[in-house]
Amino acid sequence: MADQSRTGEVLRRHEQEVVAAWVRMQEQNLSLRNNLLKAGELEEQCRSFLRLLLTMIEAGSAEDPVTSQSWTPMRELVSDISRSRARQGFTPTETAMFVFSLKQPVFDVLRRELSSEELADAVWRLTLALDALGLYTTETYQKGREEIINRQQQELLELSTPVVQLWRGVLALPLIGTLDSARTQVVMESLLQAIVDTGSAIAIIDITGVPVVDTLVAQHLLKTVAAARLMGADCIISGIRPQIAQTIVHLGVEINDVLTKATLADAFAIALSRVGLTVARKPAGAARPQTAAE
Amino acid sequence: MERIPILKMGRFLLVSIQVDMDDRTAMSLQDDLTARIVKDRAKGVLIDISSLDVVDSFIGRMLANTAAMAHILDAETIVVGMQPSVAITLVELGLSLKGVRSALNVERGMELLRTIVQDDPEPDALDDQE
Repeated sequence: MADQSRTGEVLRRHEQEVVAAWVRMQEQNLSLRNNLLKAGELEEQCRSFLRLLLTMIEAGSAEDPVTSQSWTPMRELVSDISRSRARQGFTPTETAMFVFSLKQPVFDVLRRELSSEELADAVWRLTLALDALGLYTTETYQKGREEIINRQQQELLELSTPVVQLWRGVLALPLIGTLDSARTQVVMESLLQAIVDTGSAIAIIDITGVPVVDTLVAQHLLKTVAAARLMGADCIISGIRPQIAQTIVHLGVEINDVLTKATLADAFAIALSRVGLTVARKPAGAARPQTAAE
Repeated sequence: MERIPILKMGRFLLVSIQVDMDDRTAMSLQDDLTARIVKDRAKGVLIDISSLDVVDSFIGRMLANTAAMAHILDAETIVVGMQPSVAITLVELGLSLKGVRSALNVERGMELLRTIVQDDPEPDALDDQE
C-alpha cells in the first residue's frame, strides 16, 4: 500500500491549500445562501472532514465507508453536517455538494505530485470513498427531514385535540379533522386526563369538524365514551350533521347508549342541568342598557 | 396472602384497594365482600381503585361479577377513582363493565350512593347505633 501512504502524505502536505480551494468552491456554489452558514463554520466543517479522511487514507482502509466500523467517526461527522443543513433549509443537492466538491481540489493537488499510474489508482480509491460518503449525506439529509416531518405531525396531533372547560364540571372536546386510531388514542388520553384534573362529571364531544364518520370513527368515539364512563364521567356527543346521522343509521352503528345532540348549545344546556345549574334571563329592568354599537 | 380490608360506613361498605391484586387476592375479596354485604345488610359498596395502575381482564371481570353479585344481594356497587390508563386498557380489552356504576372519587361516589339509596327506609338505623 505504498501509493496509499504517498497519497496521504501529499494531501497532508497540501492540507491548507486543499481546504482553502474547497471552501472557495463551496462559497461560490452557495453564494446566494451565505446568510445560512457562518463563514467560520463552513471552514471548520471542511477542515475536520479532511482530517478524518486523511486519517482513513493513511490507515490504508479499503473498507466500505457506509457500513464498516472504522469509518464510524466520519459517518458521525457527515450525518451531523447534513442534519444541521436539513434544518437550515439547504437543498439535498447543496448538501451532497459539500462532499463532492472536495474532489476537484484534491485531484488538482494529486495531479501535480503523483506519477500517472499512482494518480489513477489514488483517484479511483478516493472517488469510491467520496461517492459513498456523498450518498450517505443525502440519506442522512433525508432522515433529518423525516424527523422534522414526524415531529410536526406529533405537534399537529396535540394541537388539534384541545380539551376546554365550558363550566366548572363541564368539559368540551371540539374534534376537527379525520379521526384515526392514533388520534383517537391522543383524544382519549387528553380527555381522560382532563376529567381527572378538573374533576368534571360531564364531557361534551363535539364532532362538527369531523368530515366523515364511518364505522371505524364511530367505534373510536364509542370507545372514548366507554372509557370516560368507566371513570365516572358522562359523555354527550354533539354537532351531528344530518348527513352524519344518515350515515350512522345506514351503517347500522349502535350508538343508542350515548346521549347525542344536534348542536353544542343543546348539549351544553343538558350538561348544565345535569350539574344542577339553570340559565335564567335577567329581569327586564336589571338588564344592562344596550350601547349604540350593539 | 394479603387481605384487602373492608370498612363499614353506615349502610355502606368501603373497599380501598391499595396493593397490586393477584387473582387469589381478588377471589378472596369477592368472598369477603359478599359475606359482609349479607352480614352487615349493606345497601351500597364503594370500591376505590385509584391506586391501581394495572387492571387486567381477570380483575376487570371480577369487578363486574362483584357488582352483579352485590346487585342480587340488593346492594349498589360503585367503582371510583379509575386511572385514565386503566380505563383505556379496559375499553381496549372490550370490558366496558356494563352494570357497574363509576364515579370520579370517593366523595362523588358516596354522594351517588346516597342519592340511589335514599328512597329506601332505614330499618337498620337502630342496629347501626349499637
